[in-house]
Amino acid sequence: MDTPKSGEFAHIGKSVVIKGELSGSEDLYVDGTVEGAIQLQGNNLVIGPNGHVHADVNAKGVVIQGKLEGNIRASDRAELRKSAVILGDIVTQRIAIEDGAYFKGKVEIQREGAKPNPVSATRAEPQVEAKSAAAAGTPVTKQ
Amino acid sequence: MASVTHSFMKLFRGTSTIPAQGARPVSMAQRLTRRSSGLGAVSRTLQSEAPICVLDIGSTSAANIRYLTERGHKIYSEDLLEASTDPALITKDEQGQMILDSRRFLADNLVYPAAQFDVVLCWNLADYMHESLVKPVVARLWSTIKPGGMLLAFFHTHEAGPDAPCYRYHIVDNDILEMQHVQARRDVRKGPNGALHTSIEKSFRLQRVFNNRHVENLFRDFGSIKFFLTRDNIREVLVVR
Repeated sequence: MDTPKSGEFAHIGKSVVIKGELSGSEDLYVDGTVEGAIQLQGNNLVIGPNGHVHADVNAKGVVIQGKLEGNIRASDRAELRKSAVILGDIVTQRIAIEDGAYFKGKVEIQREGAKPNPVSATRAEPQVEAKSAAAAGTPVTKQ
Repeated sequence: MASVTHSFMKLFRGTSTIPAQGARPVSMAQRLTRRSSGLGAVSRTLQSEAPICVLDIGSTSAANIRYLTERGHKIYSEDLLEASTDPALITKDEQGQMILDSRRFLADNLVYPAAQFDVVLCWNLADYMHESLVKPVVARLWSTIKPGGMLLAFFHTHEAGPDAPCYRYHIVDNDILEMQHVQARRDVRKGPNGALHTSIEKSFRLQRVFNNRHVENLFRDFGSIKFFLTRDNIREVLVVR
């Protein structure tokens, strides 16, 4: 789910402030401020880099580039981009988090049926080098 | 609290950005791999088929979330070092010295029911966190861990200098970690008067080096403590409540 092209998503621009409950049956792109709740069952939500959402979110897929304070319930997938700041719990089937994203909360994976590999994680930066650093030694115990 | 402050063997102060002699600059993207016996010991619990509750208080790691959720566990993530850079925490003690307000910090962070977690991944937090927060945070962690639950922490040895890089730890396998250099976010936050500030640190510096006795003292309320000696400048410590 990439940044939407114009016309694909309903669009809330960065100068728009909405207080209340947002619900709908189409995909939504929020680059402004929303306080309240967002209900998009079966549809996707993208919070843009300027977006600041203070709401519980219920959607099929959620992509966050901006700031979200609230709980996320994504029936399919949650994606936290590297610029994302999330303060809240996430319940979803699959989650992808880029390096650099700030997350404070709980992650709970809800499996549907017996789908393998429910969680995937992406890296914003390529792995440059890996070195073997240290081997472990003898444990010393104090009881 | 004060006794701990004065009993630290080695304290690092100042804001020098000059690398220590012999220290090599570490790329932000570079990841180093290390074997961890402490993690290996924790992994025996993580392999449990019964879902357990894990708290990761290091920098947010997608790898750790994936590793734990794939095993059916619940993971709570909270970057305490980043949270400690909030300028709203700055206050002064009775002697006029700058400290961080531990009450305020604990009002906003580590707010969980008692005995919630089976495992806490503390990583190297105590070495980099401001000393006014270390003991209150460990005391709060003690209360959030279940009896018999464990906490994994890493401490630098005396060979480490003040510019030892702060790492984000990614669990790769049962006893394998990847370490990635981490810096503070430069986001704008509201201070106590509503004024906007940026983080008080741009990079995390080693604050002090604990010796074994100080580590034992720090975790004296826990039931047992086990040290894992390694060949690099890190000691791994596994404590059980």
